[in-house]
Amino acid sequence: MKYVDEYRDPAAARTILSHITDLAQGRHFKFMEVCGGHTHTIYKHGIENVLPQTVELVHGPGCPVCVIPMGRVDDAIAVAETPGVIFTSFGDMMRVPGGNGNLLEAKARGADVRMVYSPLDALRIAIANPDKQVVFFAVGFETTAPSTAVTVMKAMQKGITNFSLFCNHVTIVPPLKAILDSPDLRLNGFLGPGHVSTVIGNRPYRFVPQKYGLPLVTAGFEPLDILQAILMLLRQIDEGRCEVENQYTRAVPEHGNPRALEVINTVFELRPHFEWRGLGFISQSALKLREEFAPWDAALRFSVPGVRVADPKACQCGEVLKGVIKPWECKVFGTACTPETPIGTCMVSSEGACAAYYNYGRFTKHDTVPVELTGRVKTPQPA
Amino acid sequence: MCLGIPGQIVEILDPADHRATVDVDGVRREVNVGLVMGDAGGIKVGDWVLIHVGFAMTKIDEEEAASTLDFIKQLGSVYDDEIRDFSAEAPL
Repeated sequence: MKYVDEYRDPAAARTILSHITDLAQGRHFKFMEVCGGHTHTIYKHGIENVLPQTVELVHGPGCPVCVIPMGRVDDAIAVAETPGVIFTSFGDMMRVPGGNGNLLEAKARGADVRMVYSPLDALRIAIANPDKQVVFFAVGFETTAPSTAVTVMKAMQKGITNFSLFCNHVTIVPPLKAILDSPDLRLNGFLGPGHVSTVIGNRPYRFVPQKYGLPLVTAGFEPLDILQAILMLLRQIDEGRCEVENQYTRAVPEHGNPRALEVINTVFELRPHFEWRGLGFISQSALKLREEFAPWDAALRFSVPGVRVADPKACQCGEVLKGVIKPWECKVFGTACTPETPIGTCMVSSEGACAAYYNYGRFTKHDTVPVELTGRVKTPQPA
Repeated sequence: MCLGIPGQIVEILDPADHRATVDVDGVRREVNVGLVMGDAGGIKVGDWVLIHVGFAMTKIDEEEAASTLDFIKQLGSVYDDEIRDFSAEAPL
């Protein structure tokens, strides 16, 4: 594995770390890694332990399963329990608790709930079962939305009318804005997400430097990628620059995947509002089917309760998703809430910060420290 | 899901319908390659792609594929879930 070794080269890591240490003297820096995959690398490789104490990493909202609010799971279960429905979902969503249990429990009660790998599998099930209504529980950021879009376009082309979408796709930029507008958290910059950026490119992040005066560096998933991206952030701050930079050029094209963005735009439009777990309602943060695709919209075809369900009092996934607390600071972390018996989404999803911390990081705890802002925060304009 | 898993194109099944077979760490499955066919050089047997939920989303080189696969393998449960889902045929 010669390729992998070069991303783990200890000598290269020491060199980058010494530069980081030089630049991080004298004040505290707080950077958010947006993506759950980065959180895993950070815990798995103990990156927090090798960074100088003045560089703090906080975990962001980039886990597609984690941000689905409980009420949407209850809505999904209500559709799944409708007679004549085959309800299909990614495996990750099956164990996410709603106010009324999870989809696996609905399946145990008799609902026809099936795990699929791809939305195309759900479409195949619809073709094979013309006397049933097949619903696909669509979740995810821009990494999965193009796949759902292509699937709906295929359903339209082939005239498959017993297939529909329970659409919960979200977009990555609005929660970043919500976090930047939140008084709870002060940041000095972002590690931009890796694979979402392969689809959307780097341009959508320009508002971070332009409006909030903070740097953002799109980063890969290897330990050296993370360290290099942190160094790039510190260099920008040190040199008085503030821009979007791409550390992950080997996978992220500047303009993303134009074809994927085109199919998203063909099939979906922005919802006026969508509720995010922990972040509340964020305007224009999620996707819904355009009117011409209304026949494939499960929300129009079925009775969806649409009830808002508060998170369990003990659960602090919301604060974890906003980076306000570390996973281990949650009262139920590792006691009542574990990957085997999760209370909150961040422990359910293998991409969640709590699951990552539970698996790798339980013995290292770094407190969060307030920082001075490096950026010039302007009054946010309405989107 | 949100993390793509790298695979190598081993057969183009139907270019018009964007169907191809990929090999992910020894497991083969049909995926849709329609979203990467317009990339420079098109898509051909031997190419490496990042796959999200049955769709190739980005062309990458072999080096990046090896690095990403190794990263996902280290995540343990993420890799296990992905390979389990990837290799499963949807029950019709």
